[in-house]
Amino acid sequence: MSETVKVPTMAEYMAEGKRPEVLFWVGCAGSFDDRAKKITKAFVKLLHSANVDFAVLGTEESCTGDPAKRSGNEFLFQMQAVTNIEVMNAYEIKKVVTACPHCFNTLKNEYPALGGDYEVMHHTQFLKSLLDEGRLTVEGGKFKGKRITFHDPCYLGRANNVYEAPRDLLRKLEVELIEMKRCKRNGLCCGAGGAQMFKEPEPGNKDVNVERTEDALETKPDIIAAGCPFCNTMMTDGVKSKEKEDSIDVMDVAELIANAQDL
Amino acid sequence: MQYIPNIIFVIALIAGIGYFTKNVRKIIRNIRLGKDVDRTDNKKERFANMARIALGQSKMVRRPVAGILHIVVYLGFIIINLEVLEIIIDGIFGTHRIFAFLGGFYDFLIASFEILAFLVFIGVVLFWIRRNVIRLKRFWNPEMKGWPKNDGNLILYFEMVLMTLFLVMNAADLQLQNLGAEHYIKAGSYPISQYISPLFNGMTEGSLILVERGAWWLHILGILVFLNYLYFSKHLHILLAFPNTYYGDLKPKGQMDNLEAVTKEVMLMMDPNADPFAAPAEDESEAEPAKFGASDVMDLNWAQLLNAYTCTECGRCTSECPANQTGKKLSPRKIMMDTRDRLKEVGDNIDKNGSFVDDGKQLLNDYISTEELWACTSCNACVEACPVSISPLSIILDMRRYLVMEQSAAPSDLNNMMSNIENNGAPWPFNQMDRVNWSKE
Repeated sequence: MSETVKVPTMAEYMAEGKRPEVLFWVGCAGSFDDRAKKITKAFVKLLHSANVDFAVLGTEESCTGDPAKRSGNEFLFQMQAVTNIEVMNAYEIKKVVTACPHCFNTLKNEYPALGGDYEVMHHTQFLKSLLDEGRLTVEGGKFKGKRITFHDPCYLGRANNVYEAPRDLLRKLEVELIEMKRCKRNGLCCGAGGAQMFKEPEPGNKDVNVERTEDALETKPDIIAAGCPFCNTMMTDGVKSKEKEDSIDVMDVAELIANAQDL
Repeated sequence: MQYIPNIIFVIALIAGIGYFTKNVRKIIRNIRLGKDVDRTDNKKERFANMARIALGQSKMVRRPVAGILHIVVYLGFIIINLEVLEIIIDGIFGTHRIFAFLGGFYDFLIASFEILAFLVFIGVVLFWIRRNVIRLKRFWNPEMKGWPKNDGNLILYFEMVLMTLFLVMNAADLQLQNLGAEHYIKAGSYPISQYISPLFNGMTEGSLILVERGAWWLHILGILVFLNYLYFSKHLHILLAFPNTYYGDLKPKGQMDNLEAVTKEVMLMMDPNADPFAAPAEDESEAEPAKFGASDVMDLNWAQLLNAYTCTECGRCTSECPANQTGKKLSPRKIMMDTRDRLKEVGDNIDKNGSFVDDGKQLLNDYISTEELWACTSCNACVEACPVSISPLSIILDMRRYLVMEQSAAPSDLNNMMSNIENNGAPWPFNQMDRVNWSKE
């Protein structure tokens, strides 16, 4: 996928003396992980198509500190947080959108007490608001009638009670939305949270992502929809371990909407 | 001589309530060993939570079978206790069925108590079957061996016996009323014990009085013993569920507190005007520096310790835990049980020595292993599952903080991740300068 997308940075905006409507917080996965970069691009295309005036921090963005905090390294977390807050406050950021529920949770809940008070939205919430405002049109397109199940990211769902925004978007795609037995507040973790993404699992008899993938496969889906780059990786690996990667795609909600419109 | 039963009753009552009060004070003292945390905000929301979750059992019914059975036993327990009020007054003053003057309403009350007692009995039997015959998995996890298993069953036996005694007492009373025995005024309605009553057909008045009095005494003494059993049992939840839901965490589940001690240091490091060579202030140099995170119960906050006493070991947390479901050693319920056991041990130590004397043990390693702590995905399933607002996750995270900040004992993979964040602002070894390269790929 070699195509350049136009992504303005805050520094460029600042130089022109302008302020964007929203800061797109890309996050580490969205910046560096090959799979997650596609999600980032899809989301940027949607932002452009809805004429959203946005910018990224670019090289001034740094890890929110979430994995450090969940590992117990409060010191490193706060160093990251305070540094990021300094940058964001210098740009007088008011509103932030991110495609990563971990960044979302940290920015929204843990930054305010350290001086970083912003309106923070998950990209599914933001897309939903664009839809409601009539700035974005979502149509079934090629996904019309497909069987899709949505895996709730823990840090979006249980952690912040956001269950409906991603589902509302999927319904707009006129797909057949099928819920897993464990969904919404009862949704099972993909296994990546709490910094597990960055370590080998403790000894056990199964990997959490395989257990969760089995939940998803029970719904006989064409596509497993996710709203988190880490869940995406875990579910993709799970589908591969079941040798179903040829028949089942794991896709972010933003990718589904962008692809439906052939953006 | 005629006042001997009254005197014995009053002594038993004072002893029972006195010993219980003494132990409750111990519990309060132990909970106060925890660090301070402010849970005095949003009183309205807190009351609402208590009313909905504890009084209204809203989270219990998420598992309908256990939830409905629990509501039956819970309602029965509360309402039948109105009868205990009459028993206490009768016991002190040597009266019999002092509330009988309520007439029709009294009949209604006694009839309701009987029906509830019967339903409680059935409910408790079904609970016993779930535990011991159906053997629901969550009651047979490794941490449920020994005392926790016996405790669970003992509570059920206690309730079966108490309900039986109550009904037997009424059945014998009914016989005595029909015989027109002195003292046994005609009062009450007995929809359940009327079917037990025929068992006593043909018994003499003396034997009937013996049965009635025997059941009456065993019932009230049983209640006093059961009251005092609470202190030693998971059954404490019947009292502590109320304060625990009141003081529960109101923040979004994903929000972890920011350690203030760390904030001070970070702010100092970031402050360009701070004097790097400043000597510590006089009073500061003497004080022991604050410990980061928790290695023992005293490092936790009082709300977490209250959580531990409130846990009734139902295991809903563990059965929802992704780590536990996939065979990892972590069980959120065990985290709570270990915290309570260690807190009890610390409390006993204080009772013995006047103040805590180092016993060479701590919550970390002696009770909770690092393998358990590192298995957690912080997904909040355990917090969501708990019917009484307990957060095993907050204890896990505080203990991780100790491991990482005091002992540098993170798994090596995590150390790599953290040094990546420190050096290049991402958990992977990529250069921060390459953060927007994706737009050109």
